[in-house]
This record gives sequence, structure tokens and C-alpha cells, in this order.
Amino acid sequence: MIANLPFIAVALLIGIAFAMILLKRNMIKMIMGLGILEGAVNLFLVSLGYREDGIAPIFTSAPADPTMVMPTVQALTLTNIVIGVATTALMLVFVMLIYKKYGTVNANEMRRLKE
Amino acid sequence: MIGTLVTGFGFWNPLIWIIVIAVALLFSWLIWRCGEADYDEENTETTAPYLSGNAEPEKGAVHIRAGNMYWGFTKALSAYYNRLTPLHSGIVNDYVSWFLIGVVILFVVVVLV
Amino acid sequence: MNADVLLANLPALLIAVPLFGAFMTPVFGRFLPKIRDAWVILASFAASAVALLLAAQVYAKGAVVYVFGAAPGTGAVPVDSGGIPIRILFNIDGFGAFMLVSAAIVSFAVILYLTVSQSRRSSRSEFYALYLLLVAGVFGMVSTGDMFNFFVFLEINSLAASALIAYHRNGGLAAEGALKYLIVNTVGGLMILFAIGLLYAQYNSLNMAVIASSLSLTTLNLLALVLFIAGLATKAGAVPFHFATPDAYSVAPSGVTALMIVASQAGLYGMFRILFSVYGGVFTSATVGWIVIVLGVLSMFIGVTMAIPQKDIKRLLSYHAVSQTGYMLLGVGVALAVLGDVTLTNAFGQMAMEGGLFHIINHAMYKGLLFLAVGAVIYRTGVWNLNEMGGLGHKMKWTMIFFLIGALAIAGIPPFNGFASKLMIYESTFAFNPAIAIIAMVVSILTLASFMKVFHSVFMGPELPEYAGVREVPKRMLAGMAILAVFVIAFGLVPDLVVDTLITPAADALLHQGQYILSVLGGGL
Repeated sequence: MIANLPFIAVALLIGIAFAMILLKRNMIKMIMGLGILEGAVNLFLVSLGYREDGIAPIFTSAPADPTMVMPTVQALTLTNIVIGVATTALMLVFVMLIYKKYGTVNANEMRRLKE
Repeated sequence: MIGTLVTGFGFWNPLIWIIVIAVALLFSWLIWRCGEADYDEENTETTAPYLSGNAEPEKGAVHIRAGNMYWGFTKALSAYYNRLTPLHSGIVNDYVSWFLIGVVILFVVVVLV
Repeated sequence: MNADVLLANLPALLIAVPLFGAFMTPVFGRFLPKIRDAWVILASFAASAVALLLAAQVYAKGAVVYVFGAAPGTGAVPVDSGGIPIRILFNIDGFGAFMLVSAAIVSFAVILYLTVSQSRRSSRSEFYALYLLLVAGVFGMVSTGDMFNFFVFLEINSLAASALIAYHRNGGLAAEGALKYLIVNTVGGLMILFAIGLLYAQYNSLNMAVIASSLSLTTLNLLALVLFIAGLATKAGAVPFHFATPDAYSVAPSGVTALMIVASQAGLYGMFRILFSVYGGVFTSATVGWIVIVLGVLSMFIGVTMAIPQKDIKRLLSYHAVSQTGYMLLGVGVALAVLGDVTLTNAFGQMAMEGGLFHIINHAMYKGLLFLAVGAVIYRTGVWNLNEMGGLGHKMKWTMIFFLIGALAIAGIPPFNGFASKLMIYESTFAFNPAIAIIAMVVSILTLASFMKVFHSVFMGPELPEYAGVREVPKRMLAGMAILAVFVIAFGLVPDLVVDTLITPAADALLHQGQYILSVLGGGL
């Protein structure tokens, strides 16, 4: 049960994130929701890589019979954090540009392209 | 023969098609050549459009604009269009909810069927 | 450095050349602005040349597996790794090579066009840099054999594409389209990453071939499959994941939209790769095949019916892009539905698949051509609204001819390339299910009707006084269109050669999952 806690947290976070993305009409809050979604996926990836008593594969001063864990998911998470920063920054720039022209960050009024 | 695409049920050869079209064009040219030679002369009674006795409008006024084309088509299918068009609401929250709906439907279908 | 070393490292150059070109462009723009355009064209040409050389290598010698960081000739699986290929590798088989050919041709034709059509705009260096980044993203997506690597290239693709969409701020519209595109694609991308996590948790590998070799049909894997399909369908713009597509395409600079067609097809590539090469061996029923068919039919029909009443010319073309994507999904979906059955696959499955794949490259060519021609009209008139256009054929004869070629090809009029691929799809789908083939033909007729409207209202009619000053576009823009037009006509005139050399290897690569796995694992597992 205790080992599954991170995954329950992931499910909760994904639920919160989608609720925010679907229900919040304020674009900034919607982008915050996307940030939470990204955090949820990152948490999911990192918790996949957890092994009890596992250590990073560094042989310098390692214990006698080590359980070494390949840090693939940690690398994935780092990469995804970087991608997430770029995505969030670009989205905020777009919202800023739209706010300058439309004078609103409300998704309901941000619909000159439709139908 | 080059250009022959065998589709498993038949074949398609664009070169044969072009030859057939060329022959058809040749025949139409021959028929056209048999016509009255002076028909195409400008500003004669034979080539003027007949608009129930009304004067011919300016050239610029007779161009049919895009909005007037297929009006009947969309009108006839208005029941369909009235349902479909509002779905493209332009609200990005709706777009994401369509994504979620799509995922849920696909998952239910894949697991149950 | 001799030629052999370069040829052996083509897959690395495939990414390195466009990236180097991209990051050098602002440097040139700052210090040598006069030769910046020449540099961009050169970089794009070099990237396309690398892609075409690599594709030629694949067609000559079979799939190319390139392991990053490994000594040459050591194979994908290191001896001391316990049978797991831990390194990132590129695996370019017939299907990847086919997508590379399509992307290489379109990206080079479009850059010729863009260097002129952007000449009146500001901060062009960054624009070209983003363009080359998008090319790198597409090349990476279609050649990688590693799931996470695929995700990274997908995100490069989405980010570069949305930045390009927003490049011209016409009253905030462009930023609006780009924001919608980016949000929807980010959600899709994160769901793909979640699915990759689900697979990694079970099989301890990110390599597609390794996952494919030990995959089973559990509920968890089905969830991953659904997330992959939905995420990549968002990228490709299939109904009901298409909503952001017309919003984004209609505001992007026209040349960019032409490349975005290729970028969205890279999403389609990913979907087919996952469906066939990763999951292909485990399907016991036709359910997933039918899902792809239904997505295809919905895209075809809803796309074309939404296109007919459009007044914005680029929005109309964007809905046609959705509609044409449906044909590809339909063809490949039919092949997927009969995948396990050798008799049916030989009878029509393979033909349906080849039709669907042939349509991918055809669509890249003629829709690229259409967007470039429409962009030329907008470049000279500055008008998007179809109702305000008319009589431009008098002044822009070459643009009109190129548009007509593209319009006839997309409507499936012989002898252009669209007809050949649609015929293959019709005949094979008719053998599978006649009703679907009939829908496909009706959609084709509606496409023709819609392009009649566009052609008539833009180019036909008397010269309008407001367009008295309009001239033909510069020669280099016409050259970009001419390259694509030549391919549209050539593919239409010798469809058999194209199918034999490009399409059949691609279809074989997808249909024979064992070869894909073997090319990486080498039978060593």
C-alpha cells in the first residue's frame, strides 16, 4: 500500500490538472493546470525508477553488494522538466500577446478563430 | 508497359488515359472546325447574351462571389451544419475536453470489444 | 575526413545538419545579413540532401540501425548489457526512409519560397532558425527507434511549429491559433509520455523493438495504446482531435503551413509505427483496425463538410488537410484490421496500406503546393477572405496554373497523383467494406466541389478594380511551387515506379514486425 502512494498521488494530480484545464476559463490558470499535469507525469516517471536500497551506478565508494539502479527515468524527468519550461514560457508569451490585442485572458472571449 | 499501376482488382495507366483524352480533344477540334467561321466575331447579335431583354450588366457586377456558391448545399444540410459547426467553438477548454472524451471512448471500446 | 565516414554517419548528420544550420542562422543574420538567405537555403539543401542520401542507402541495403555513441560495427545490443540496448538508436527502415523523402522535398521547396515571401518581414533570422528546427524535429521523429527520443522530437516539432504559427501578429489572431495548437499538443504529448512510462515500467526499456518483442495485450498496455493513438492523432489532426488544427493552420504564414503538413504527418508516422511495429504482433481482433478506420472516415467526412462553407481561404484548405488525413487513416486502418490474416492481407490489405502511404507523400506534395499558391495570392493581395477575391487569374497566370494542378490532384482527377493513391484506397476498401469506399468517393466529390468554389472565386471572373496593381510573384516563389508541381505530375504519370520504389518497401516494413525487431536485436535476445 505504502509503495503505491506515489501512484495514487499521480492519479490525484492528473485529476486536478484536467479539472483545471477543463473548468478554468482564465488562460493563466489553465496553463497552471498544464504545469500540474506535467508535474504528475514527472512524478510518475520518477516513482517508476525507485528501488528499495538502490543506489546510483557510481562505483566509487560503493557498498560491497550494491543494488544499482539505472537512472534512465531520472534522465527522462530532467529532460521533460526542461521541455516543460520551454512549453510553459512559450504559452505564457502567447497569452501575453493575446492580452495586449484582445484585452482579455478569458478563454470564452479568445475565440476569434472558430467554426 | 510503363506507368501501369496494378491495384489487385484492375489497373490504371495515366499514359493511356492521356492518349484517350488527346484523341477526344482531336475529335472535338475537328467538329469545332466544321462550324461557322464567323461566329466568334465580337459584338454581333449571335454572341451577345440574351437576358430577357434587359441590358447586360457591367463585367464586374456578374462575378459570383464565394459566399454565394453552395448556399443551397449548406441550406439543405442545415440540420447537420447547425449541430456540427457550434462544436468548433474556438474555446480551447472544449478542445481539451474533446481529447479526453476521445481517449475515454477509445479506451472503453478497446477494452470491452 | 573522407566520404565513407560521412556516409556511415548519415543518421547523426540528419539531425546535426539542420540543427547547425538553425543555430548558425542568427549569427549570420547579425554579422553577415547579406548572405543569410543564401546560408538558410544552403542549410536546408544540405539537410534534404542528407535525408535523401540516407533514404537511398535504406532502399539499396535495407534498414539502417545507427547506435549513438557505439563504436562502428558493435551492433545495437552491447555484449555486457544483459541483452538490453541501453543506447539511443536511430532505426530507419523503408517507412522511415519514405517519410524522409517526403519531408526532404517539401522542406527544400518551401524554404525557396519562404526566403522571398518573408522578405518584407522583420526578424527573419529567428524565423528561419525555427524553420530548420522544425525540419530537425520532423527528421528525428521519423527516424528514431527510441520511444523517449520520439517524444523529445515531437515536442521540438510542437514548439517550433507553434512559434512559427505565431510569427506574424496580425491582431493577435496568430498568437491565438498558436496558443490553442500548443495547449492541445502539449496535453497530447504529456499523455504520450505517460504511455511511454507505462511501457517502460513493464519492459524496462525505451527501445521500440525491445518493447515490441515482449509486449502482451494487457489492460495497461491497451491504455498506453489509446493514449498513443489520441496523442498522435492530435498531432496529425484527425477528428475528434482536430479542433486546433484549422485554427493554427489558417493563421500561420503560408509557407510554414506547407511544412506543417509534413510535421503533422510525422505524427501519423508515429501512430502507424506504434500500431504496426510495436503492437502489431499482439492484436487478436480487428477492433483497433476499426478504430483507425472510424477515425479516418470521421476525419474525411467532417473535414470536407466543414470546408465547404468556409470563407477564409486558408481555413478552407486546413479543413481539407483534416479530410485528406482521413484517407491515410482509412487505407492503413483497413490493413490493420486484416493484419493477422495472410489471405486477406494479400488480397487487399497490402494494397490498402500502400494506398494510404502513397496518399501521405501525395498529400505532402499537393497540399504544400496549394498552400504555397494561396500564400502567393495573399502575398500580392493581402486578402484572406474568399468573398473579396476574384479575377486574379488575369494577373497571376503561373500561380493559377500551380493552384489548378494542386486542386485537381487533391480532388482525385486523373492523371494527377491524388487519383492514383485514391484509386488504390477505393478498390481495396471496396473489397473490405463497400459502404466505406462509397463514403470515400463522396468525400472526393465534395472535395472537387469545394475546390471549384475556391478556383472560381479567386482566379476566375473579370478583373476587379481593387486588384489592378497585382503582379505575378517573384521567380523564386514560383520555383518553390514548381518543384512541388513537378512531383505532383510525375507521381501521377508513373505511379507504378513510385509504388515499387518508395511505397512497397514502406508497407513491407510496417507489415513485417519481425524484421523490425530483428534489425535491432539481431536475433540475439
